[in-house]
Amino acid sequence: MNIINILEEIEKVDGDVYERLSPRRAAMKQFYSLGSKVAVAAVPLALGSMFKKAYGQTTSTVVDVLNFALTLEYLEYYFYQTGAATANLIPVGTPAVAAINTIRDHELAHVNLLKGAVTGLGGTPVSFVATQFDYTAKNTFPTVFSNYPTFLAVAQAFEDTGVRAYKGQAPNLMSNPGVLQTALQIHSVEARHASHIRQMRKAPAGGGVTALKPWITGANDSGVPQVNAVYAGEDNVTQAGVNIPGLGVSVSAATESFDEFLVKADVLAIASLFIK
Amino acid sequence: MKNFQQEDQDLLHKESGFLTATLQRRSFLQYAGAGAAGIALIAAGCKKDNDNNTQNGGVDLGSGDVGILNYAYALEQLEAAFYDAVIKTPYANIPASELALLTDIRDHELAHREFFKKALGTSAIPALTVDFSSINFSVRQNVLATAKVFEDLGVSAYNGAGKLIKSADYLVLAGKIVSVEARHAALIRDLIENGTFANSEVIDANGLDKARTPSEVLSMAQSFIKTSINASNLPS
Repeated sequence: MNIINILEEIEKVDGDVYERLSPRRAAMKQFYSLGSKVAVAAVPLALGSMFKKAYGQTTSTVVDVLNFALTLEYLEYYFYQTGAATANLIPVGTPAVAAINTIRDHELAHVNLLKGAVTGLGGTPVSFVATQFDYTAKNTFPTVFSNYPTFLAVAQAFEDTGVRAYKGQAPNLMSNPGVLQTALQIHSVEARHASHIRQMRKAPAGGGVTALKPWITGANDSGVPQVNAVYAGEDNVTQAGVNIPGLGVSVSAATESFDEFLVKADVLAIASLFIK
Repeated sequence: MKNFQQEDQDLLHKESGFLTATLQRRSFLQYAGAGAAGIALIAAGCKKDNDNNTQNGGVDLGSGDVGILNYAYALEQLEAAFYDAVIKTPYANIPASELALLTDIRDHELAHREFFKKALGTSAIPALTVDFSSINFSVRQNVLATAKVFEDLGVSAYNGAGKLIKSADYLVLAGKIVSVEARHAALIRDLIENGTFANSEVIDANGLDKARTPSEVLSMAQSFIKTSINASNLPS
């Protein structure tokens, strides 16, 4: 995060940038002096807030994207929180307990980070409580919190959806480089989660889905036909007009080597199945 | 916009002696024929030169989105070459499941490398010469530790480069690749020690993965690359 460079670049366009910011001198001072104490990740978000105050620009698109992401993070967080708190779901005494707790903690951190970001941009963060979600998806997965393999199958769908959702929103954040980078830093964490959940599902206790890989092969490789929408288009083999198998790899490898994005409406259609 | 151009022309004027004296011929020609956007990029690169003293020539990644794509192409070349060597001489007693996973990763990196080469066309940098003399390919621990470095580095590189990309299409493309690199990173970490797919070594208290600037990434990668890489014209 090279703040000085950003300010210098802005100064080239607007020689008055420092004067515009000066009424916010207290905020600036706080910004610099607290830099070492405040989590570094919050810096780009704080910066976005500072510029918004200085220029009064509309940031509604960015706020909309962040609230959309926040909705998904709530969906994920309460899912893992409920799962982790349900007796006899995650096999006790196995590495699965720590893995689910790690993922739950990341999703909570994302919730808090995004809430702060929306507020910092002058927006109102969306808010959810656990009881607003129906993780059985209207009885599509009735055993989601009583059967460990089902729990993991839904987890995989959430993680792979999250990866696609953040990817699809990246262009809508280009006006705010700090927020864009933060979103990308969440995006890759969701992909790490997806990779691990897929490995957990391969293990006998997790369902023994041995054909599954940490990456997405073809379209719906989950073995769960109910989540086809999560993987729609993942079997694409053409990138920027380039036919990937034509470069000398198999069709499977071509689909695995590029994850596809989903537009907001498609993501919301998936998420709405789990929202009461 | 007028103000912006004037500012940049002033900047260029001040530094024109520096520009003509030190910029490579290719960059200078770009400057001579460039519009305002090109001038701004070169000016930014020039300023960075002042800060970082990277006047060592080498393979010039170029400027703007082409520069970022070449930067990604350089990293994919490194990864592809590494996994190619891993699969050509697998480490001792490699389980079939691990060989299959590492072969998949090799194929993904090959696809990434060849994709960038094709997409960049005549703007692509040449093939880089790698230096893997520090890696013992017959020892699992050594191979996986190196793979971990490369995958985590790749993720942080794409995360840091996203905001430097001007084209929404290229940004999405980078996004399509970085999540696959993150899947690799998590798997390699789990192979080394199950459960370390996203531990605090890479994910901070806000649940964020790392993001690194091109200069940070290249300084970490350079020990594995014989070819000198000049990133001084990249956007920053």
